[in-house]
Amino acid sequence: MHDALELAATRPQSAALRSYAPALLIFVVLALVPPIALLGPEGYVLSLTTRMMILAIAVISLDLLLGHSGLVSFGHAAFVGLGAYVTGILITEGVVDAFTILGCVVAASALFALVTGAVSLRTSGVYFIMITLAFGQMLYFAASSLSAYGGDDGLTLWNNAQLLGTGVLDDPRGLFYAVLASLIGAFVLVDRLKGSRFGRVLNAAKSNPTRVTCLGFDVFRFRLAAYVIAGVLAGLAGFLSAVQTEFVSPATMSWHRSGELIVMVILGGMGSRNGALLGALAYVGLEELLSTYFAHWKLIFGPLLVLMVLYAKGGLGAVLAPLTGERPRG
Amino acid sequence: MSTALLVVQVLNGLQLGLLLFLIAAGLTLVFGIMGCINLAHGVQYMIGAYLAVQFYAWTEHFGLTILLALATALLLGLLLEIVVFRRLYERDHLDQVLATFGIILFVNEAVKVIWGPVPLSLPAPELLSGSFVLMDGLLYPTYRLAILAAGLLVALLLWLVVMRTRVGMRLRAGATHPQIVSALGVDIGRLFMLVFAFGAMLAGFAGALAAPILSVEPGMGDNLLIVAFVVIIIGGIGSIKGAFFAALLVGLVDTLGRSLATDVLKLAFAPATANQIGPALASMLIYILMAAILWVRPTGLFGARTS
Amino acid sequence: MALFWRRSPASGRVAEPLLQVCGLSKRFGALLATDDVSFELFPGECHALIGPNGAGKTTLVHQISGLLRPDDGSIHFAGSDITRLPAAARALRGLVRTFQISSVIDSFTTLDNVALAAQARHGSSFRFLARADRETALNDAAMAALADVGLEHRAQVPATTLAHGEKRVLELAMALVQKPRALLLDEPMAGVGLEEAERLITLLNRLKSELPMLLVEHDMQAVFSLADRLSVLVYGRLIATGTPEAVRADPEVRAAYLGDAG
Repeated sequence: MHDALELAATRPQSAALRSYAPALLIFVVLALVPPIALLGPEGYVLSLTTRMMILAIAVISLDLLLGHSGLVSFGHAAFVGLGAYVTGILITEGVVDAFTILGCVVAASALFALVTGAVSLRTSGVYFIMITLAFGQMLYFAASSLSAYGGDDGLTLWNNAQLLGTGVLDDPRGLFYAVLASLIGAFVLVDRLKGSRFGRVLNAAKSNPTRVTCLGFDVFRFRLAAYVIAGVLAGLAGFLSAVQTEFVSPATMSWHRSGELIVMVILGGMGSRNGALLGALAYVGLEELLSTYFAHWKLIFGPLLVLMVLYAKGGLGAVLAPLTGERPRG
Repeated sequence: MSTALLVVQVLNGLQLGLLLFLIAAGLTLVFGIMGCINLAHGVQYMIGAYLAVQFYAWTEHFGLTILLALATALLLGLLLEIVVFRRLYERDHLDQVLATFGIILFVNEAVKVIWGPVPLSLPAPELLSGSFVLMDGLLYPTYRLAILAAGLLVALLLWLVVMRTRVGMRLRAGATHPQIVSALGVDIGRLFMLVFAFGAMLAGFAGALAAPILSVEPGMGDNLLIVAFVVIIIGGIGSIKGAFFAALLVGLVDTLGRSLATDVLKLAFAPATANQIGPALASMLIYILMAAILWVRPTGLFGARTS
Repeated sequence: MALFWRRSPASGRVAEPLLQVCGLSKRFGALLATDDVSFELFPGECHALIGPNGAGKTTLVHQISGLLRPDDGSIHFAGSDITRLPAAARALRGLVRTFQISSVIDSFTTLDNVALAAQARHGSSFRFLARADRETALNDAAMAALADVGLEHRAQVPATTLAHGEKRVLELAMALVQKPRALLLDEPMAGVGLEEAERLITLLNRLKSELPMLLVEHDMQAVFSLADRLSVLVYGRLIATGTPEAVRADPEVRAAYLGDAG
């Protein structure tokens, strides 16, 4: 541990590179998935990997709140669902231009984040958890009662979004690379955010908000901004998921989904550089694997989660820490 | 809307409110006293309903069923406390959220394995299966009135226990000054265990009571749990009194909202639009109410604790 | 207590107070934690606030720094009423405080702690993409502040690894880098060893000529070697204000405080 620190101090460049290694490796492997998939069940592999990547975007955005800012937001799936619903409704109404849709998704998620964030961030601790849960649930019920757009059953899209008038997003490979590009964009964006002035204030306020306030920072405004940014990124994930599945459903907003997103953050090791990315991929992989062999895999996963919380904090990030030279953060 | 319908809706709202209170009471005590957030509380409500179905199948006696369900829910609460929760009190809220989420995943799945994914039902007891004439031309199911009575009775008992007994005094003291209570020689560990198991039993009781009027299915407690959260946020975390009034408020607002929203909107919008927006708006009402109350009082109506 | 202008000890001119607290009161239930407290801090002076445990010193500092709202009374700083101003805004106006319990950001390095503080005064912190740890302006200001307090050799270590005394000094560096107009020091000597305390006193003595400070302290040695004026707080009420000699001689003070302190 001490050696690692000294190394990090004397050779900052290579240490920084090393801490990005897992992410770089993952992106390279992901980029190679489509050609490799040709050898096997291409459709299945592509759709599974695309789903993983979309979730990873949502998880990365959640980690900005959870790991970096210490805000246990339990309504994050609502933003994914909101993005999906805005997409679904617009496509149903005949708006198919991807950028128009994206603009509306960003506006809707930012607005929802701004309003609910302004209420929830006035509180802290367990109140914050419960209120974000409640707002998420509010959106879930609202979507369930939209009878014109499928109500409880969800909404099947008979058309799909078009990127600059092309059908790229309709092609599994085209969509795959679009999602990969979005994922890399989200990863880089959040990574930069964490290292910026803004991110520094957020991170400091995580452990000691009073101190940070007394330094002259209005912590509420920083947290609200982070909440909005995270919400918009999650909305983007929702857009991609609607485009991929050509189906939107209230189920994507249920608080169980929010819980799963949190589990993914923890699984990867929250607040670490690559944790969110690893967590999302590992969770979906694990789910896919376990559920193939055992339909009631949650019987195993539930207790596993309890054990992880009680005895193995730090998640995968802690396992990988010696490799990346990163100090795991709690 | 006719007066008769309004009366029925108010009664339904109160009944939902009392069920919510039974769930929220345990939740708010466990948080107020142990500082522990318990997502698995909704699961205990579901277990209560399933236990009722199972015991009824075995005994075919409703009263006995309720008693057995209560006892079993209490035992399961004790078990859960000993195996998991006592290790969580000292942890941060995130750990508590995660561990209790794991419990939900497990129990929901276990219920599916044991009783199957298909919704089950429980007949109301013979004695209470009829209807009661409230006023001219207005019948109300007797069983629903019984739920109202049972809920009120439990609320009264709870109030007596918390306000008038030695245990209740310790509870209230423990909620505000845990160190002092333990310095006085009260075994905090045992107090916690009892409170937790008792809360689990109340939630189970709510589930058993609701079983004859709702379908008993996996995950049935999950959505109700969030509404119970709304209740304790509005009432103020840790306050039984707050939970009681907030539960009734939420029950009434939700029930009346659902039956009135569309009609009210028809005054301002075209009927087709109102039919679209009405239900969506109605389902959001309690959350909007929560946000509004929080805006004015960030610690809820009767709350003093900030976090 | 009568209020009157006095001569500032540093300049010898008649000065207006930089910080003026007037009739401040704060109640917690039945407890009157701050009871009609009035005092001033003049440019160039160190005004110490002493009192037995539970006298309400920290409650008072919280109100002055904006973490608590007073029930009654007013606080003026540099000529404007800041009674209703949020804590962050007060810090930006130059009324900067430290904490009784070391509150540095443990997960940051020493340098990053000070750079964070510097960030509050150097431009907007709503900058989202540029890396903050590479901003030379921030790092230079932070290093200078660390050098000023003699902690520059510990700049790169995580703040958790600092000794208790070093954390107190780091707190001071975080305050200084903000170029404050007045310092609120909440028990800067708390839990510090003898040798460290000497160093801190020397440091504060050097600073006080250009930086007015309100010093809340238990350590009598520190108080008597730093303070130009003393106020004594007992049960939320100021029972005396004056030069250290005058206060030391005050019979009421002797009875209430110095007597049981030895």
